[in-house]
Amino acid sequence: MYPYIPITTDDEKQMLESIGLNSIEELFADIPKEVQLNRELNLPKSKSELEVFSYLSSLAKKNCSQSDMISFLGAGAYDHYIPSIIDHLVSRSEFYTSYTPYQAEISQGTLQYIFEFQTLICNLTGMDVANASLYDGGTAVVEAAIMAANIARKDEIIISKTVKPDARKILKTYAHAQSLKVVEVDMKDGVTDLEELENKINDNTAAVIIQSPNFFGIIEDLKKAAEITHKIKKASFVASVDPISLGILKKPGELDVDIVVGEAQGMGIPVSFGGPYLGFMAAKKSYMRKLPGRIVGETTDVDGKRSYVLTLTAREQHIRREKATSNICSNQGLNALRATIYMVTLGKEGIKEVAAQSAKKAHYAYEQIIKSGKFKPLFDKPFFKEFAVTSGLDAKTITTELENEMITGGYHLEIDYPQLKNAVLYAVTEKRTKEEIDKLTRVLEGI
Amino acid sequence: MYDKLIFELSHEGQKAYRLPPLDVEDVNLEDIIPEEYLSEEELDFPELSEVDVVRHYTNLSSKNYGVDTGFYPLGSCTMKYNPKINEDIASLDGFTNIHPYQSENCIQGSLQLMYELGKSFCEIAGMDRMTLQPAAGAHGEVTGVMIIKAYHENRGDFKRNKIIVPDSAHGTNPATAVMAGYSIVEIKSTEEGLVDLEALKAVLGDDIAGLMLTNPNTLGISDRNIKEIADLVHEAGGLLYYDGANANAILGHARPGDMGFDVVHFNIHKTFSTPHGGGGPGSGPVGVKKDLVQYLPVPLVEKDGDRYYLDYNYPKSIGKVKDFYGHFGILVRAYTYILTMGSDGLKKASEIAVLNSNYLLSRLKEHYYLPIDTIYKHEFVLGGLKDTLSEVTSMDVAKRLLDYGFHPPTMYFPLIINQAIMIEPTETESKETLDMFADAMIRIAKEAEENPELLKTAPHNTIVRRPDETKAARNPIVKYER
Repeated sequence: MYPYIPITTDDEKQMLESIGLNSIEELFADIPKEVQLNRELNLPKSKSELEVFSYLSSLAKKNCSQSDMISFLGAGAYDHYIPSIIDHLVSRSEFYTSYTPYQAEISQGTLQYIFEFQTLICNLTGMDVANASLYDGGTAVVEAAIMAANIARKDEIIISKTVKPDARKILKTYAHAQSLKVVEVDMKDGVTDLEELENKINDNTAAVIIQSPNFFGIIEDLKKAAEITHKIKKASFVASVDPISLGILKKPGELDVDIVVGEAQGMGIPVSFGGPYLGFMAAKKSYMRKLPGRIVGETTDVDGKRSYVLTLTAREQHIRREKATSNICSNQGLNALRATIYMVTLGKEGIKEVAAQSAKKAHYAYEQIIKSGKFKPLFDKPFFKEFAVTSGLDAKTITTELENEMITGGYHLEIDYPQLKNAVLYAVTEKRTKEEIDKLTRVLEGI
Repeated sequence: MYDKLIFELSHEGQKAYRLPPLDVEDVNLEDIIPEEYLSEEELDFPELSEVDVVRHYTNLSSKNYGVDTGFYPLGSCTMKYNPKINEDIASLDGFTNIHPYQSENCIQGSLQLMYELGKSFCEIAGMDRMTLQPAAGAHGEVTGVMIIKAYHENRGDFKRNKIIVPDSAHGTNPATAVMAGYSIVEIKSTEEGLVDLEALKAVLGDDIAGLMLTNPNTLGISDRNIKEIADLVHEAGGLLYYDGANANAILGHARPGDMGFDVVHFNIHKTFSTPHGGGGPGSGPVGVKKDLVQYLPVPLVEKDGDRYYLDYNYPKSIGKVKDFYGHFGILVRAYTYILTMGSDGLKKASEIAVLNSNYLLSRLKEHYYLPIDTIYKHEFVLGGLKDTLSEVTSMDVAKRLLDYGFHPPTMYFPLIINQAIMIEPTETESKETLDMFADAMIRIAKEAEENPELLKTAPHNTIVRRPDETKAARNPIVKYER
């Protein structure tokens, strides 16, 4: 017997009798002989829980957990503190073993937290409407671009080179498939060259996409970029933001951004080797009926009770099929719940404090590293919680030396920007202590 | 009934968090970030104590129905039990606290897991190489169709601009084809729900990039002509895409690769027991045949001696389709499941999934309209009540099932069956559970005759009853406002 298969041999007999067959094999007789697999799958045989646990734990131990290291690595995945209550609440199996909330009567739990998530994202970004989430920050950028192109009925997307490289790569993949033209705007001193943007924008531009804080951690002038974009009729200005930064930075809604997207991993979701994370999308009201993904709305039931349902489904693939706004079918449900609980647990003051502490600690780290004279700032621009420095030292050597001291060093910018040789991008969250930052500085100086 | 929104619990001054005091020199934010970038607006977030947050979401959870609550025969969704060991393994510190950009030295365990999982999926699917990057089934579909596109383009063939999709297909199939830049050609199914070979032949030509197919199909029937379908599409220069939504029916019995499919995706939140999570995160790995490996998204996990590494050296790759490498945490759960079940357990799972489905059908077919009487695979589709003139709809039957404590089946899908009720019990249900469900369905069929009003006004026992969807769409309230 297998623990997850409750049917016994006796049951099998009775059930086959009820069906009117003699053997299980007859149930598979409709599969053409020539495609039946007439051998065992070449996989190990079934195992006990204990054996599986011991093998997979051994794989987990081959990794260097960030719990044992001091991490200064970010570049899109951040080591913010995750409050204990998140794991406890998302472990309620009524949440995680449920499906997409099609049957509203027995899915009010999921529907309501998504409604709360949408509200919190709107309040955080200063936008009118948010969807129930998207796969991650990178695909959210792409969904925004496609939506903007469809609305404007134009095919050119302008994206800054300071947007995180993965997002730009994913955009290129999709743009090729959809015959969209992607134009990159160069950077100047670590920020989007807005003069070049002005030169490149044209009547065929459907969207301009900028990230702030950008991949280098630097705060971009979204207001100016929005102004430039809006000179073109029907062009949407898309900002990709770090939601934690909005604890202190101006909301995109204050800056005339049309569509806000971003990666919300930092809000209660572990780094987990790159996924699953949480993309989000919020926009001005006029975009509501064009948004990709699920949206939950408030309504009343037959007794007049406040209740929640999936709404505006006329946008979606299961109704519209080939005319849908996107093929997306799932959302990041459980991770949206994690972020929801994170946002309400930290609340009005907490997000601000996490953002402020991260910024202050990052600036302290920056000052200390620069002070030694060994490292130079790569750019001299205002940043939030990440900054890049460069030196005569090879980035790989730095990482190895830091690793020997149980420190996870920063991201090597040369991987995506060949001209930025030896440049390393460090991230500092509220979790880092002065002592840890001083250790980083000390080890760096000693290399 | 508890009916508060979190925002309505807010109480000024309450806190559910505490950070350590700032231990570096405190500075004014204006001294490190120019004032023009700083917000002057207060954040409109609630203020609560930890207890209130915990009670609120615990109360919300009790308004949900999950597989752990009870039987969830949602056709095409494979709502099998989500083993608890999967959750424990996925939350091991050595998996959750690994940053995707740590040095190769530090991520050997993660890479080895992905490598071995990819190999396992290949064996199960009969394919040569997998990408684990796609975030969900629909994402796997678009990745796979983009690979098909890359294949044609690399042959210098740019005239193929259409994808064939049967009318029984999931909505994601046509939406995916469009997302990948194709237009779709829909072909009708036969009365048995199979691919109509004549209809297929009629549309095949040098403008067809490929065919997207689910097999067993969305009616739960295995297509006996699959080899011929594959040959026809290949002869016309197209490729075959396998939608893995129904893979739970064939594990260890048949493989898409052996049927002639070129590209395959699995929904691992269906077939490989990872939780649906109220809508996600899922995962949709894609496997391809040898000739298509060069187009897979980068990076792929490669092995050199005892070392694992991320290989970006695929110049013809379609590129990246998502951030980092995929939904790693979900992949860990899937591998846990595959190791637990093994070759024997996976095969057994499909056998019992199919047995359960046919058994349930044997109990229900006297009481409901069965459009196609045949041997089904892991799911079957009823065409509503026997009395087709009844004012009671399948949706009424579904709502009445809620009163009996069951999650209803998938309703009104596939579109080709009128009043469709699509039932997929999965292998993780006992005969007792199936019997209880069958008894409830049979009673409901009787109620429909004797007291139709009871069904038309159902559900009666749930915390809310038939929320007004029309109202929600007409005048959308999509966030809380005071």
